Amino acid sequence: MRILVIEDDLEAAAYVTKGLRESGHVVDHAADGEDGLSLALAGNFDMLIVDRMLPKRDGLSVVQTLREQGATTPVLFLSALGEVDDRVKGLRAGGDDYLTKPFAFVELLARIEVLVRRAAPEQVQTKLQVSDLEVDLLGRKVTRDGQAIDLQPREFRLLEYLMKHTGQVVTRTMLLENVWEYHFDPQTNVIDVHMSRLRGKIDKNFETPLIHTIRGAGYSLRAAG
Amino acid sequence: MVRGIHYVQQAKLLNTSTFRLAIIYLVLFVTSVIALLGYIYWTTAGNLNRQTVLAVNTEMSDLAQRYRSGGLPMLVHTVIQRSRDPRQSLYLVMDNRGNVLAGNLLDIPQARTTQDGWRDFTYIRLNMEGQERRPGIGREQRLPGNFYLLVGRDVKEVRQIENLITSSLAWAVALTIGLGLIGGLIMSRNMLARLDDINRTSREIMGGDLARRIPVSGTGDELDQLAENLNNMLEQIEALMIGMRQVTDNIAHDLRSPLNRLRNRVEVTLMSEHSTTKDYRDALERTISEADYLLSTFNALLSIARAEAGNSRESMEWINLTDLVETAAELYEPVIEEQGARFSLAVEKDLRLFANRELLSQAILNLLDNAIKHGGLEGDIAEEIVLSAQRIDARVIIKVSDRGQGIPVEERARVMERFIRLEASRNTPGTGLGLSLVAAATRLHGGTVELTDNEPGLTVSLSLPAPRE
Repeated sequence: MRILVIEDDLEAAAYVTKGLRESGHVVDHAADGEDGLSLALAGNFDMLIVDRMLPKRDGLSVVQTLREQGATTPVLFLSALGEVDDRVKGLRAGGDDYLTKPFAFVELLARIEVLVRRAAPEQVQTKLQVSDLEVDLLGRKVTRDGQAIDLQPREFRLLEYLMKHTGQVVTRTMLLENVWEYHFDPQTNVIDVHMSRLRGKIDKNFETPLIHTIRGAGYSLRAAG
Repeated sequence: MVRGIHYVQQAKLLNTSTFRLAIIYLVLFVTSVIALLGYIYWTTAGNLNRQTVLAVNTEMSDLAQRYRSGGLPMLVHTVIQRSRDPRQSLYLVMDNRGNVLAGNLLDIPQARTTQDGWRDFTYIRLNMEGQERRPGIGREQRLPGNFYLLVGRDVKEVRQIENLITSSLAWAVALTIGLGLIGGLIMSRNMLARLDDINRTSREIMGGDLARRIPVSGTGDELDQLAENLNNMLEQIEALMIGMRQVTDNIAHDLRSPLNRLRNRVEVTLMSEHSTTKDYRDALERTISEADYLLSTFNALLSIARAEAGNSRESMEWINLTDLVETAAELYEPVIEEQGARFSLAVEKDLRLFANRELLSQAILNLLDNAIKHGGLEGDIAEEIVLSAQRIDARVIIKVSDRGQGIPVEERARVMERFIRLEASRNTPGTGLGLSLVAAATRLHGGTVELTDNEPGLTVSLSLPAPRE
């Protein structure tokens, strides 16, 4: 994947670039808003990672201009400004996700995966299926191997999120943000408990587990094999 | 040095706004005193003069009348008759050759001023001691037949009274100015002395002695009020400073140990010659989790700072508190049950509140988190946790109770402070910031936090003002 990192802090940029290259991506770097904008307009990138505070042209304006030019490349904001208002501003300017510094690298990687997949035109789905697990989004019904599984509303949303990102790594923070709409981490690892409950219902009585723990990162739902 | 300060104060005294005010007031006052005294002069001394003039005019027209009716003999006769009493009036009748025909004046007196037939003169009066020069004023008239008539009055007494009045009035003005100046100076000096107290205290405080307070005179006047307000402000600043110092100390203390552990581990792993790749990997992984702990501490501090900065007020909106509490409960319920504790939830339907969703959620989650960690007895797991939210009059009360060992009354205020962790819970994981955030978030919403005994256990109640929409 071709990724453009627009970041003026050279050390942070080097760290992100190195990590992304090691994960198999092709990475370009721009150190200010103007360079970043012209590179983004000229090059054919699959993904942009943009810092909010940049010299010459700030990140919000870079993304706004890009969107005005009709570019649909997914954008992830990376910023030290972490308040809810800042996040809202970033998303309004045309960003697709917002990650507050400092962040764990696995978090960044997981979010990039999710964003790039989402960029593919998404048809309205009423049914999700992974292996023998089926979720009926309209009827709010879950079956595995033909057996109905009874889920609490929040468990349903959790499973729905996992199913929509099948094969990808979803972090605890992503789950908190998307399933509970909390933009902070509670002190106790509550997500693990919820995941183990969900596993109890989805995986326990079946041969092949679908939900996998990714050490140091989060969870992934995928078919066996 | 002392003299120098004294001179500076003298110069300053004349430069103070109080003194300028006193001078302006003095000028106004003296002007009105002069106007008043002018009126007094006009009614006293002026009246005497006017009466003299009136008397002379009356006499003159009377004599002119007699001359017209009885001719010169009648005039001379009347004048001779009236001249016998020199205290009454002064008269002089002369023919055109300068011979005195009648009167008690010897000649036309040396006039000092002549105006409209009026003369202001000095004449010589004979008395028992001899001659005496006395002041007089009079009016002269040429009668038909070229006779000269002068009617006058002795004004020695009048002049004396007039002088007396003039000099007393002059003294009164001088006294007013003098006393006013002295009063102004004293007033400004008093004012300056008190302002100097405030200035001196301010300088001492700027010099670093934050415990200083401005003396209050006890009269309750506006300067006292100023001093009291400044003192209250200093009180708050000092409390904040002490708080800051404590926080800094605590940060230093609480963050130094994990940072130290982190550093030692990396150092030892690097030092050892037998370290394997696995050792390095382990050390790095533990470094990451140590760093994560440090980051979560910083995030908690940041959340508190945001709540305290008050700009989170801008992101307040009408929220469904029932939903918010239920979501929090739903997030924590499995965790609580996993621990083997009972959990019950009692939320009133459709509670609405003008609030910052994020901070209020975080506060409630922190309370649930605390209940899980500290709600057990002697390290045991929590037994029962109750979360409730209800409206009581114009307030919404959110309560979290546990059945643990509670918090002793004397420690209850202290646990709200940053980084305070009671000895009993030193070894449980946590940043010591949970309740501080709860307190800050509650303050942001204009509410109060109360810790009470759940007999046994602890109940934390958040009381938030909740006016109807």
